[in-house]
Amino acid sequence: MKTSDAPKNSTIKVDYLARVEGEGSLYVKIKKGQVTDARLKIFEPPRFFEAFLRGRTWKEPPDITARICGICPVAYQMSSCHAIEDAFGVKISPEIRELRRLLYCGEWIESHVLHVYMLHAPDFLGYQDVIALSKDHPEAAQRGLRMKKIGNDIVTLLGGREIHPINVRVGGFYKIPAKKRFAELLENLKWARDAAVETVRWAATLPMPDFEQDYTFVALRHAEEYGMNEGRLVSNKGLDIDIHQYNHTFFEKHVAHSNALQSVMEDGSNYFVGPLARFNLNFDRLSPLAREIAREVGYEPPVTNPFRSIVVRSIETLYAFDEAIRIIEADVFPEQAAVEVRPRAGTGYGCTEAPRGILFHRYKFDERGTILDAQIVPPTSQNQSTIERDLRNFVPRNLDLSDEELTWKCEQAIRNYDPCISCATHFLKLDIERES
Amino acid sequence: MAEIKKPKLAVWKFASCDGCQLSLLDCEDELLAVADSVQIANFPEASREIIKGPYDISLVEGSITTPHDAERIHRIRRQSKLLITIGACATAGGIQALRNFTSVDSYVTTVYATPAYISTLKKSTPISEHVPVDFELRGCPVNKYQLLEVINAYLNGRKPNTPPHSVCMECKSKGLVCVAVAQKTVCMGPLTHAGCGALCPEYNRGCFGCYGPKETPNTASLAAWWREHGEKNTDIMRSFRGFNAYAEPFRKESEAHENI
Repeated sequence: MKTSDAPKNSTIKVDYLARVEGEGSLYVKIKKGQVTDARLKIFEPPRFFEAFLRGRTWKEPPDITARICGICPVAYQMSSCHAIEDAFGVKISPEIRELRRLLYCGEWIESHVLHVYMLHAPDFLGYQDVIALSKDHPEAAQRGLRMKKIGNDIVTLLGGREIHPINVRVGGFYKIPAKKRFAELLENLKWARDAAVETVRWAATLPMPDFEQDYTFVALRHAEEYGMNEGRLVSNKGLDIDIHQYNHTFFEKHVAHSNALQSVMEDGSNYFVGPLARFNLNFDRLSPLAREIAREVGYEPPVTNPFRSIVVRSIETLYAFDEAIRIIEADVFPEQAAVEVRPRAGTGYGCTEAPRGILFHRYKFDERGTILDAQIVPPTSQNQSTIERDLRNFVPRNLDLSDEELTWKCEQAIRNYDPCISCATHFLKLDIERES
Repeated sequence: MAEIKKPKLAVWKFASCDGCQLSLLDCEDELLAVADSVQIANFPEASREIIKGPYDISLVEGSITTPHDAERIHRIRRQSKLLITIGACATAGGIQALRNFTSVDSYVTTVYATPAYISTLKKSTPISEHVPVDFELRGCPVNKYQLLEVINAYLNGRKPNTPPHSVCMECKSKGLVCVAVAQKTVCMGPLTHAGCGALCPEYNRGCFGCYGPKETPNTASLAAWWREHGEKNTDIMRSFRGFNAYAEPFRKESEAHENI
């Protein structure tokens, strides 16, 4: 811990945290140089998805749950489809599975690039936003915007539109676009893959605060692929479970200062989901190019400084472009847009890797496929208590900063998680209180 | 010569998914041009910098669902020359307005362990139920090109060109085969406000009403046609209880199919 002559007791306030999705605030109380309280307050209004899903039919969750989040609707569509297919014993074809992965790559790209260039990079370079950043770094800003657009092009082609795609259904898709439309994406994707390499190199030059922490990273692990559509839930601390065991390992708790339920592990400890967790647990499953560029900039597991997530997110972006190109070049498309689905009574589980981390869905159906009960656990509610822990650990080392600088650094520390508060209420105002 | 003052643009969020304001950031080709022609004065999703009002244009996303928000919207109205709602939540109450048909208390206890921590209104309501609104842009989500059109129109002192006719008009002009007639698919196209470009029929599925009611929709007639083709009342009710469930024509039609 640093010692300084700066005031040891104080309150810093930010009423509405910017450059995150949704409404939240942060409250940090400092007493005699110690953080006595750090709370991520989520005042994003509750929307009650799990309640109004009851009584709806099995066909509806992909479209309805997409509306939880405008940034990662595909993640909601994927986790809900997997859960419903699990309940009904539906097996999709390998070709449909590949196209779902392609759609998911599109969402990872648009979401990651949005965060890297537009929401997070301005913190590292001292700008209020990407518009200000673009005045001094026009090339970087333009590169980011074009990469993001190319990610969105994938979602638009396969999903119909970039926000709340309309082409996803339980069992597959409504329609498979013509083969040549995919091939038309290739030229831009290859430009973007090179741009993603540049992005990793650029992100690696950003000034990184020193903040190594001991985390429990949790991510999906698949036999062959980088965790995305499916896999077992694993951690760096020995967890290795089937997703059906999720509710035996992870628990939601309701705290007074948040409209989002916080997730913790069985022993009450917090855990970390998202790009850093996936990278640390699945480095060997990245594409050779993504691994090579990661090593070139000195990134290999374990990466335990959350500020470095901007570089890891860039590496995952590179991977997603590489993977999208692989899928399109394989040139294997489904004969049938969807497989047959027959509802039956039962409970189904789905867990996929949203850009921000694992997204868990569970549905219970009657014999006609009417939803009796639903549970949705978004990534940000799983990271929420880890974010609070980061703040408790980060602030004491940085008390020599002015209130204004410390506030901004705390915001940056929160943005390390690319928090999606709209998702989690189902975040942000910053209050730092220094008091004797 | 003094620099011409740019109009000040503010973006506000209420209960929503962020998707409609994200549409502005999704204008990858146009974003920097928009930032050249307006001063982005309050857009927390994109910037830390908050410039004080009054604002020339306020874009409002989301519906009113908490006592605090019901007051906040009045403060925003007072600071805004023009107030434009963007999307189904701000314009019709959104998917979260499904609570309006039941008791919100039962929803709170379904989702939260400690209901006393939750402050929420019984109904999710559109912005226009609280303050005068200058223009309502529909969609779940809005169409980003329509959003640019609305901003552009107001910057140039004209009315936005966002036709209030049905999705069918867009479908026909695209030369698509009617999924309702040809495949007997339940399609809300005849009742639904244009703006998406008839996306669902293009992808072999029926419209599910993201853009809400068109002007003068004949909901009863279409519901009767669905019944003739074997749809049950509960299915018809659910079709109207989507992202625009609390828009009056859809609300009334869904209620007509309740408990029968």
